[in-house]
Amino acid sequence: MKLAHSIVDFVLVRPEGCLYCILLLLLGWLVLGVGGLIRPHRTGYIAHLLFPLGAVVSLGVALVAGTALARGPLPQTMTLPLGLPDLPFHLRLDTLSAFFLLLLGLAGVGISTFAAGYFRTGAGTAPGLLCLQYHVFLASMASVILADDAYFFMVAWETMALSSYFLVTSQHRIPEIRRAGFLYLLMAHLGAICILLCFGVLQGGSWHFTFDAMRGSSLSPVWATAAFLLALCGFGAKAGLVPLHVWLPEAHPAAPSPVSAVMSGLMLKTAVYGMLRVNFDLLHVGLWWWGMLTLAVGLFTALFGAIFAAAQTDMKRLLAYSSIENIGLIFTGIGLAVLFQTGNLHLFAALALTAALVHALNHAFFKSLLFLATGSVLHATKQRSLGKLGGLIRRMPWVAGLALVGTLAIAGLPPLNGFVSEWLLLQSFLFTPQIPHAFVNMLVPLGAAALALTAALAAYVMVKFYGVIFLGQHREASLVQARDANWLERLGLAWLALGCVVLGLVPEFALRAAGKVTNVLLGQAVAPSRAWWIAPVAWQQASYSGLWLLAGIVGVVSITFLLVRSLAHGWMRRTPAWDCGYRWQTSRMQDTAEGFGQPIRHMFGPFFRMERDLPAPSDHAPRYRVHIEDRLWRALYLPLARGVQRAAESVGRLQSGRLAVYLLYSFLTLIGLLIYVLWV
Amino acid sequence: MTWYLRPAGEVLLAIAAAPLAAPLFAGWIAQCRAWMQNRSAPPLIQPYRMLHKLFQKEVALATDASFLFRVTPYVLFATMVLAAAIIPTVATGLPFAQVADAIALIGLFATARVFMALAAMDVGTAFGTLGARREMMIGFLAEPALLMVLFNTFLLSGSTALPRLVETYRAHPSLIEPSLLFAAVAFLMVLLAENARIPIDNPATHLELTMIHEAMLLEYSARHLALMEWAASLKLFNYACIGFALFLPWGIATRATSNGLGLVIAVASLAGKLIVAGAALALIETLSAKLRIFRAPEYLATAFILAVLGLLVHLLLGGQA
Repeated sequence: MKLAHSIVDFVLVRPEGCLYCILLLLLGWLVLGVGGLIRPHRTGYIAHLLFPLGAVVSLGVALVAGTALARGPLPQTMTLPLGLPDLPFHLRLDTLSAFFLLLLGLAGVGISTFAAGYFRTGAGTAPGLLCLQYHVFLASMASVILADDAYFFMVAWETMALSSYFLVTSQHRIPEIRRAGFLYLLMAHLGAICILLCFGVLQGGSWHFTFDAMRGSSLSPVWATAAFLLALCGFGAKAGLVPLHVWLPEAHPAAPSPVSAVMSGLMLKTAVYGMLRVNFDLLHVGLWWWGMLTLAVGLFTALFGAIFAAAQTDMKRLLAYSSIENIGLIFTGIGLAVLFQTGNLHLFAALALTAALVHALNHAFFKSLLFLATGSVLHATKQRSLGKLGGLIRRMPWVAGLALVGTLAIAGLPPLNGFVSEWLLLQSFLFTPQIPHAFVNMLVPLGAAALALTAALAAYVMVKFYGVIFLGQHREASLVQARDANWLERLGLAWLALGCVVLGLVPEFALRAAGKVTNVLLGQAVAPSRAWWIAPVAWQQASYSGLWLLAGIVGVVSITFLLVRSLAHGWMRRTPAWDCGYRWQTSRMQDTAEGFGQPIRHMFGPFFRMERDLPAPSDHAPRYRVHIEDRLWRALYLPLARGVQRAAESVGRLQSGRLAVYLLYSFLTLIGLLIYVLWV
Repeated sequence: MTWYLRPAGEVLLAIAAAPLAAPLFAGWIAQCRAWMQNRSAPPLIQPYRMLHKLFQKEVALATDASFLFRVTPYVLFATMVLAAAIIPTVATGLPFAQVADAIALIGLFATARVFMALAAMDVGTAFGTLGARREMMIGFLAEPALLMVLFNTFLLSGSTALPRLVETYRAHPSLIEPSLLFAAVAFLMVLLAENARIPIDNPATHLELTMIHEAMLLEYSARHLALMEWAASLKLFNYACIGFALFLPWGIATRATSNGLGLVIAVASLAGKLIVAGAALALIETLSAKLRIFRAPEYLATAFILAVLGLLVHLLLGGQA
C-alpha cells in the first residue's frame, strides 16, 4: 500500500511522470515479446507466463493513463534521441491520447488474459513468434497514440500495420488467408500514403514535421480541405469506411480470434484517434461541409455494415461487418461534432463528440468480447460456419452466458453500455434543426432515422448471431462433444463482460473522461449532473439511469417470482418440444443463417450482388445455394486492379532486356536534364 | 419512522396499478370487437380468468429449454411493468419518471423484444425461429418511424422526457399544431405493428404460418405463458399511454394539479381515453384485413414518411426548434 502510494506520488510529482511510466510499460511489452523468442515452442512458458504478464502491463497502461486523465498535469511532452540524427522522436501525452491509451489498456487486459488460454497448439506460426508479434502490435498502437511528430507517427503506424499483417497470416499455409493478408497490406499502405501526404500538406511550407509546428501553421481553406480529405481517406481506409472497407471482412476472420479482437476492438480505434487528432487538434479551420461529408459517409457505412452483417453465414465475417457498422456510428458522431462546431453550437458539438468517444470505448469492450467468444466456439467445435453450429448454450454455459452480455450490449439495449452511446448520439441528432444552414437543418434530422434503422438492424443481427450459435438444436452431431472454455479464457471474457456492464450502469466515468477530451478540443463538456444519472444537456431535456433501470427490472422480477411462487405453485415437468404437435421435428428445420438473413436480402436487394441456385421441384437431392457479394468489389476494385495491371504492363515494355536500349534511356535522360538546366 | 412510507407506497402503487388495469383494456378491446363483428362478447374480465387458469396449471417445459427460456417471461413482464411506471399515465411526478426518457423507453421495449426472440429460438422449433425472425423484422422497420414521431414532439417541447412534454403542452396549449397530426397517424400505425395487431399480425389467429407474435409463444405453457400474455396486454396499454402523453395530454395531473382532486380527474380521464381508444382499435381491426408479411415494409415505410412529413411541415412553417 505504502509502495503504491509512493509510486503514485512519484508519478504525479514529476511533470512527465505519467509519460515515463507508460514508456517503461511499453518497453515491458517489447521485453515480453523478445522473451518469447528464447523458447519459441514452449507453449506453457509463453501461455502461462508471458501473456498474463502482458495483461498486467496492459492494466498498468490503463491505470497510468487513467491517473493522467483524472489528475495529472497534461500535456506532458518528451523527446527521445532515437531515429534519424536530425529527426528525434517527439512524444506527447495529452487528454486525447490518454483517453485512447485508457481504452487500449482496459480492453487489452481482457484480450491478453484470453490469449493466454487460447494459444495452446503450435499450428502455424510458432507461439514464441506470435508472442513477439502480438506485443509489438500492442506497443506500436500505443506509440501511434503517443507520437507527436509525423515521422514517429508513420514509423509506429507502419510497425502496427506490419506486425498485424504477420499476425493475420499466422496460418499462412491456407491460400485464402495469404490472400486476405495481401489485401490487408495493400489497403494499409494505400491508407498510409494518404496519411503521409496529409502530413505533407499540414506542415504548410514550414518543413517542420512536429505536430507542434503543424498546430502553428496557417493553411488556406483549399489546402486545409486537401488535408482533411487525405486524412479521411487515410484513416478511413484503416477504420473501414465504405468504400475502403473491403479488406476488413477478409482480414478479421482470417486472424486468430485474440488478434481479430485486438484489430477490431483496438486497432480501428487508432484510426479514429488519428482522425480526431488531425481534425480537431492539428487543423484549426473547419468547413461545415466537412462535417456533412463525414456524417454522410459515417451513416452510409453504418447502414451498409449492418445490412451486410445480417446476410453473413460465417460468424467472424458477421462480426467484421458489425465492426464496419460501429465505425460508421463513431464517424457519424465525429461528423455531427464538426457540423455543430462550425455552426458555433459548441455544447452540442461536445455532446456528439462525447457520443463518438464513448462509443469507441464501448465498442472496444463488446466487440472484443464477441470475437473472443467466437474463438472459444471455434476451438470447441472447429466450425466457423453458422450453418453447422447451434445449441451451444447447453454445452458451453460460461461462454454462452458471457457472450449474451456482449450480444445485448452491442445490440444497443439498456441497461448495458452500447445503449448509452447510441442514446447520446440520438440526443445530439435532436439538436440538428438548430444548425444555421437552410436545408441542412432539414436534411440532417433524417440521419437520425438512418441511425435508428442501423441500431434496430444491429439488434436483428445480434439475435441471429446469438440464436444460431448458442440457441436451438445442434445442427451437427459432433457438437455434442463441445467443451466449455478453460479458466483463463473465461477470465478474459468475464473482464470484458464486466466492462460492458459497468460502463452501462455507471456511464459517468466514461462521460467524465470524454468530457476532459472535449474540454480541450472544443472548449466545452457535457456534465453528468448527478451520481448514477446522465442528463447530458439539461435535466429537463432528457435523463437516463441504467442503474435504476436495472434495479427496477431486478426488483419487479423478484417480486413477481415470489408472488407467483407463493400464490400459485412451482410445478413443472420436462417434455419433448411441442411444435404444434409435429412429431418429426429435426434440427435441420430450424432457421439457418441464410434463412434468418432472407428478409434482409429481400428488402435491401440493391445492396447485394446475389447468386442463387434454386433446386427444381422434382429434384431428389435438392441443394439450395445462395452467394452474396459486395457490389463495390466488381464495380470499383476489380476495374481498378485491372487498370493498374494494364498500366504496369505498358510500363514494362520499357524493359526490353537489351543493354543498348538501356544506354539509350540514360542518354536521353541526360539530354533532357541538360535542356532543363539550360532553359530554366 | 414514517418518512419512507409515503415514497415506498407511491413506488408500489406506480408499479402495481398498471399491471392490474392492463388486462381490462385488452378485455374491453375484445368485447368491442365482438360487438362490431356481431358475435356475442366475452365478459370484460375474461383476460383475468385466463391468467388465473394459466397460473393454476403445471408447466410443461421442453427438454432442451435453457435458463434463457425460463427467465424471459419474468424479464418481459418486468420491463413492461417498469415501462408503465415510467410513462406518465396519470401524473407527471411519478417516482420512476426520470429513469428513462422516451428514447430509452424505446430501448426498453427493444430489450423485451430481443429477449422474446431469443427465447423463441431457444427450443429450436421451426415455428419459433420463424416468429423470432419476423418479430425482429417488424422491430427494425418500426423503430425509425417511432423515432421520427418523437423528433416531431421534441421540436415542439424541447424535451424527450415524457413528463416534461406533458407539462409543456399543458402550459402552452397553443403549441399543438398541424405537424402533430401527421405524427399521430404515424404513431398509430407503429402502435398497431408493434403490438401484433391487424393489419400486421392477428392476435386471434390459429394459423401458424401467418403468426408473428403468437409463433414465439407456442412452446410456453402455464405460468410462463400467463406472464407472456400479461406482458403483451401491458405493452398495448403502455403504447396507448405513450400516445396519450404525446398527443392527448389533457387530464394528466401535473405538478400544479397533483392533489387529490387532480388525481381523480386524471384517473377518470385516463379511463375515458382508454375506453374511446379501445373502441377505435376494435373498429380499425374490424374494418381492415391482415397484410401479407412482405407488405409490412410498405406499411411501416408509410408510417415513417408521414412522420417525416410532419417534421418538414414543422420546419417549413418556420417553427422554432
